[in-house]
Amino acid sequence: MEKKPIINLKDISLSFDGEKVLEGLNLSICDGEFVTLLGPSGCGKTTTLRIIGGFLTPDSGDVFFGANRVNDLPPYKRPVNTIFQRYALFPHLNVYDNVAFGMRVQKKKKAEIAKTVERMLEMVNLKGFEKRTVSTLSGGQQQRVAIARALANDPKVLLLDEPLAALDLKLRKDMQNELKNMQKSLGITFIYVTHDQEEALSMSDTVVVMDGGEIQQIGSPLDIYNEPVNAFVADFIGESNILDGVMLSDYKVKFFGRVFDCLDAGFEKDEPVDVVIRPEDINIVPAGNGLTGTVTSVTFKGVHYETIVDFYGFKWLIQTTEYHPVGEVIGIVLDPDDIHIMHKSRYSGMFGDYSSYSEEFDEMNDPTIDLVDDEADAAGEAD
Amino acid sequence: MKALSRIYNTLIFLFLYAPIAVLILFSFNDSKSRVVWNGFSLKWYEQLFGNELIMESLKVTLLVAVLSALIATVIGTMAAVGIHGMNRKLKKVFLTVNNIPVNNPEIVTGVSLMLLFVGAISFMNHTFGTHFKMGFGTLLIAHITFNIPYVILQVMPKLRQMDEHLYEAALDLGCHPVSAFFKVILPEISSGVFTGLLMAFTLSLDDFVISLCTAGSGAQTLSVTIYSMIRRRVTPEVNAVSTLLFGSVLILLILVNVMQIYSENKLKKEQRRAGVR
Ligand SMILES: Nc1ncnc2c1ncn2[C@@H]1O[C@H](COP(=O)(O)OP(=O)(O)OP(=O)(O)O)[C@@H](O)[C@H]1O
Ligand SMILES: [Mg+2]
Repeated sequence: MEKKPIINLKDISLSFDGEKVLEGLNLSICDGEFVTLLGPSGCGKTTTLRIIGGFLTPDSGDVFFGANRVNDLPPYKRPVNTIFQRYALFPHLNVYDNVAFGMRVQKKKKAEIAKTVERMLEMVNLKGFEKRTVSTLSGGQQQRVAIARALANDPKVLLLDEPLAALDLKLRKDMQNELKNMQKSLGITFIYVTHDQEEALSMSDTVVVMDGGEIQQIGSPLDIYNEPVNAFVADFIGESNILDGVMLSDYKVKFFGRVFDCLDAGFEKDEPVDVVIRPEDINIVPAGNGLTGTVTSVTFKGVHYETIVDFYGFKWLIQTTEYHPVGEVIGIVLDPDDIHIMHKSRYSGMFGDYSSYSEEFDEMNDPTIDLVDDEADAAGEAD
Repeated sequence: MKALSRIYNTLIFLFLYAPIAVLILFSFNDSKSRVVWNGFSLKWYEQLFGNELIMESLKVTLLVAVLSALIATVIGTMAAVGIHGMNRKLKKVFLTVNNIPVNNPEIVTGVSLMLLFVGAISFMNHTFGTHFKMGFGTLLIAHITFNIPYVILQVMPKLRQMDEHLYEAALDLGCHPVSAFFKVILPEISSGVFTGLLMAFTLSLDDFVISLCTAGSGAQTLSVTIYSMIRRRVTPEVNAVSTLLFGSVLILLILVNVMQIYSENKLKKEQRRAGVR
């Protein structure tokens, strides 16, 4: 029942004033799915949502609802409702009239409207607020009215444009849970826009990572986190150390002048690759084992320490629960499943280097770089 | 220094309002004199209401003011909504064009409109054999024309203040664009539309130069009538009618201000009661 596509975007491109905002966008969304569009500011998330809502028409490409091409269907005829970035409640109407707005447009019966409004306000915990003007509500309450107003129309698909961005952290967390629960219990498809990767990972069934008007990766939160396709995704979804490496053969990758076992296959022989190592996957061991490096900075982050370690001139971020003071020489060991291999992309070399993290400015001078290979070889094989 | 500026202010107000005060006072004078006070009387008002010429032009003035204000408000509001939806470049062009008649000397607007009407009417009469002439119609068109830019200027800022997504939200909830305008946009900009309407009304009441140019012989506004009366000699009737005009405009202005203050207070009180942060 779940796998029926409800919205299909085919090869969508759009420019504003000659500037490409979306390019060759393909996306299929299933009925009942919680899909999140995730990406940095200006990457085209809102634009994508507005194309689905009918407020923008793509320059090329097609929008399908089910089997129907809807490129030219105006917004008021589309079975979707939107929660706008800044709510867009009607200031001249009270809470009740705001929620009832859509149903009145559809000429529903008075009694039915009253019942639905009551049910909606109960769902968003705003019973007793019917007569209040919206300008007298707090941000969180306005947010809830916007949700009630959209859901009162019984939409098949709900579009949410950074609905929680204006709320404080605590309220945001609560609303995340509430929204997720509502989505599950109502069985509505949610298309959710955010630039908060944590929010995306914790709420979604499917995450769509975007940058520069293009989709970088589509996948479940786990896939996106564990198997990023390029340096951009690896860096945007959590922290990553990204190194240059060479794929010697299936399951064998060479970096830092040493060969490591990994779980990745299907690359060409001797293909240059990006190697991703997540900071929390790295095991610190006493010096002399594995790679050896020097701690250059430590920051306490509550649950863990963010430790920057200098390995032959390249700085890694490591998250540990143990404290290792600045200057300590440590070793690290990498298991095969700590290593993730990606093809080179246009993002290679742009992310995943923590050199700028350090307060030291005597950074790598040329002799150290020369040392890299020698030292690494000298370190021998510890695995 | 302070005293000096106070004296300066007093002088300015004196120059501005003393003539009006004198005019009002002598409209109740019991004699024709404009210098000597002979006691209170309403006889000039009686004569005024008996003067057919004045009464007729008062009717024309009010009718033109009401009609031109209403029509200009409708057209101006629609124009403002249209301009608001344009892209930045086009918007700038239109707003600049809109400002030209506002800043233009009235006489230029008046004469150019007159030339247009004369040309258009003679063309029509020639080709279609009609018998149009300048009169109430041309006067009304002229007043609508010079009122529209003022309405646009009143409505534009309200549109700019409005949350741009409100209209989209209405469409999103199933509203047809036209009904979205009436249900969502109009309530948001209503204060601007209303001020535009009042402004158009007072501007039309107030106008002299353009009316003189465009009314022809077919119709006369009050200001034109007064002008032709004082060309002969100023009778206290003129004082009386001026007093009435001044009084009604004053009342109108006070009403608008009171209404504005009232609605602002209401909102503030509501927000305070709700304890909004
Ligand atoms: N109406 C418009 N005219 C011109 N450029 C626009 C318009 N709307 C959006 N853009 C541009 O399109 C690009 C994508 O915008 P969009 O609003 O989709 O970004 P976003 O991913 O939603 O960003 P944010 O997280 O900041 O909301 C931006 O570079 C923006 O400047
Ligand atoms: Mg956006």
